[in-house]
Amino acid sequence: MKAKNLIVSFSVLMIAWLLLNWTLDPLIVAIGIGLSLLISVLFCSKCTVFEGIKLGPKAFAYTFVYILVFIRELIKANMDVTKRVLTPGLNIEPGIVKIKTNLKSKMARLILANSITLTPGTFTIHVEGEYFYIHWISTEAVDIEEATQKIANTFENILKELYE
Amino acid sequence: MDIFKLIGAIMLLGGSLSLLVAAIGMLKMPDVYNRVQVATKASTFGAIFSFLGLAIIKFEHWFTGENWLGRVIILIIFIYITNPVSSHVLMRAAYFMRFPLSKLTKTDVLRDDTNSNLLKEPKNE
Repeated sequence: MKAKNLIVSFSVLMIAWLLLNWTLDPLIVAIGIGLSLLISVLFCSKCTVFEGIKLGPKAFAYTFVYILVFIRELIKANMDVTKRVLTPGLNIEPGIVKIKTNLKSKMARLILANSITLTPGTFTIHVEGEYFYIHWISTEAVDIEEATQKIANTFENILKELYE
Repeated sequence: MDIFKLIGAIMLLGGSLSLLVAAIGMLKMPDVYNRVQVATKASTFGAIFSFLGLAIIKFEHWFTGENWLGRVIILIIFIYITNPVSSHVLMRAAYFMRFPLSKLTKTDVLRDDTNSNLLKEPKNE
């Protein structure tokens, strides 16, 4: 899987370089290509960070689906928080529940945990193998399967297309 | 390009209102877990929204002239990666140092599992 590591790390570095410079001047682009190649060959020819990632047009399309769904959930989360904070009285029912994920790759689990943290009312406290412990501000389900359905399924289905 | 400045200023105002909500939530919520939860969501959204407003204020032209869009996108990616992780570490440390949960708490599966030795509790040293 050496070639895939190089391709992914090279494109991440190159996109960051182009965003920072915001120009298509040939000299700048050439320097960026050289530096990105050097860094990805030196540091990422054996790294395991990008192990389970899928490449291809379908994964590329699902990246945009993920971003859109994430923005929607972030806005929903903030309306939820604002409502809870600004209405008088405490209308919360906090609790810690357990959910189970099917994702295998570490990176996918990290992204899932991050997404859960930024979606309405839920917050990842602890990760133990394939089980996530979630602090839920309005506990709607205690059962593992029901809680997984309510908290993780939207993102898990998208991440399945992005990671093996 | 005054219309861009107006839209950007409104977005900056919206972002700071979100940060204000985070501050009020910190005072209002009963225990550390709910405080972290409210503060993380509102502050992430507030920061992202303010950065977008900044990019719109500084927008002159797509390629010629000053354009902060690329830098702002990189800032948003870093905020998206680091903010939930740091809050998660804060909350996890608070939990395993046994900060009390509020009386409203309905269920605590994590405590049940550590008590029944399903998982080992990290030592705090």
